[in-house]
Amino acid sequence: MGSGPGGLQLSYSLRRLGVDHAVISSDPAAGGMFRRWPFFQRLLSWTKPYAPAERGSRAYERFDWNSLLAEEPRNRALMAGLMDGTSYFPSRPEMERNLVGFADRAGVRVRYGCRWEATRRESGPDGERFVLETSDGEYRCRVAVFAVGVAEPYVPATPGLDLAPHYADTRPAETYAGKRIFIVGKQNSGFELASGLLPFARSIVLASPSAAKLSVVTRSLVGIRARYLQPYEDHVLAGGVGVLEASIDRIERTGETLRVTVKPSAGGDPVAFEVDEAIAATGFVAPLRDLPALGVATFGSSRLPAQTPFWESATVPGIYFAGTISQGAAGLKKHGLPANSGAVHGARYNARLLAGHLSEEHFGVHRAARMFAPADVLPFLLDEICRAPELWHQRAYLARVVSFDPARGIADEGFLPLAQFLDSGGADAIAATIEANAEGAVYPVLYVRRTGTVTEHVLPGHPLHDFDTAEHRRAMASLLAEVGIDAAAQVAAPVPPTHGAAVS
Amino acid sequence: MAQLMELADELAPLALFADLSRPQLDAAAHTFEEVWFGEGERILREGLTGSGFYVILEGQVAVRTGGRDAATLGRGDFFGEVSALLGEPPSADVVALQSMRCLHLAASALHDFLIAHPAVMYRMLLDQTRRLRTTTRARG
Repeated sequence: MGSGPGGLQLSYSLRRLGVDHAVISSDPAAGGMFRRWPFFQRLLSWTKPYAPAERGSRAYERFDWNSLLAEEPRNRALMAGLMDGTSYFPSRPEMERNLVGFADRAGVRVRYGCRWEATRRESGPDGERFVLETSDGEYRCRVAVFAVGVAEPYVPATPGLDLAPHYADTRPAETYAGKRIFIVGKQNSGFELASGLLPFARSIVLASPSAAKLSVVTRSLVGIRARYLQPYEDHVLAGGVGVLEASIDRIERTGETLRVTVKPSAGGDPVAFEVDEAIAATGFVAPLRDLPALGVATFGSSRLPAQTPFWESATVPGIYFAGTISQGAAGLKKHGLPANSGAVHGARYNARLLAGHLSEEHFGVHRAARMFAPADVLPFLLDEICRAPELWHQRAYLARVVSFDPARGIADEGFLPLAQFLDSGGADAIAATIEANAEGAVYPVLYVRRTGTVTEHVLPGHPLHDFDTAEHRRAMASLLAEVGIDAAAQVAAPVPPTHGAAVS
Repeated sequence: MAQLMELADELAPLALFADLSRPQLDAAAHTFEEVWFGEGERILREGLTGSGFYVILEGQVAVRTGGRDAATLGRGDFFGEVSALLGEPPSADVVALQSMRCLHLAASALHDFLIAHPAVMYRMLLDQTRRLRTTTRARG
């Protein structure tokens, strides 16, 4: 279900693995939420046309947050070729063209205009199946993947908030000219509106109970992005914008205007604001329809489905999630930093990994692992921690795993969710990740599993994030020795330039 | 936000937040993040860096070390504060005994939260003191 980035990436990757499937979407064309949002028509996620890596290479994916992943060179890095050069943040129409173009060029087949309406289970001769009732009839499947986004507007039950249209119903900016505007909510959607309305509004107040988080402070995508900070600067410079820490008590109509009453979080008497317009930038929820009634557990303010590390419903086996909704599998959130699963540049790797997992677990597709000679292991892992976009975008979330089984040999196990590696047991292995801490340091971490016990080894950081140093090589060689690999001869060897190769 | 308001309602009866005003509860509901764990899932992992502070909303956990369950915690209890405050990896696993919901706060944010809410810090101190007394008595 779904023809946004998550559904397209998953379908593409499943087809490459030969897994028969159908994709349905209630939309008339590809693009998902990017067919409509962001409201002010400019994305938060960048694609750098001129980057330190060659466009279309695997390493370039670190600098291109918006293209979907393809194995054919002609279908890689499509976003950069569609941008008009005025910004390295694509416009919404450019992003929509990127996704439509990927679906067309890569041959992703979707039944558009087909609305998923209800879900049930039934027993068949080959076990239990899901039945998806749609506007075009019923689909039956062993596995259902929902890539339906987190884009259903959510309006709280605060008294009078029905007088404040949701972000999704914001009017053209010029219609707010000369008006006093109250925005309920201080996340990116609220600050995006405030930024876009600055040239028109007479005054703007933004309010929510806790302090505004800024991404440059949280050092993650959590918080208001730098592009939307102008209202915040206007606030601290007393320039006609107010950013309040307060609960919304009620909104009332008083003639032609609205009275918004708030209770300051720090205490004290309620405060009332007389405004011309109020807008509820109060967020979105996952549109799961009847899945909770089927047993799918949800949690949190976005009603995300609870998921296993492989993005399967934690309570209804056989139901999986892809796209931004995959952020419900939060992983370890080390140092409080989330993975980027809520954004295209994280979710695209989750979807590709999910395709491989589904193909093995449910459809009997087993790919032969690449085998290594002992001398190959250190250069391989070093190259991965230096350049693998999967590790850089999904920090402390996805890991590159090499196993050391005496009977089988040294095998590249590909990428695994870190939580899965830590808790699943298995042969001796090393999992390599890139991680970060609350102070902003970025560094590699190797997890060594030996006789069933996993130990964590934090490697040094580097001011320019260059981990191909003698210190890193020595540390790696020492850890490889724990799993019986003598890598002393590779400590001084150069890293082969393998980063341009496609990886499935 | 109604859900967050509901979350504030869930916080109100918990001992840790018993002294907070309604606006402070609303702010706490926006500061902490709700997280979900399945039965058997490890929430804290012994020896791994970067863990956080958790308050149990629903369900139970076992504090597990050396393959032995040293304690069981339930609704309103909290864990992870020692490693969060000392900046050290946890000295035990904490494992969900059933499907459960928790509040989560990054270790780096716990300091600021406690300084801003001394009543919560006092409640935490009370709890730690009781745990210390229990341990001291057990050692005879």
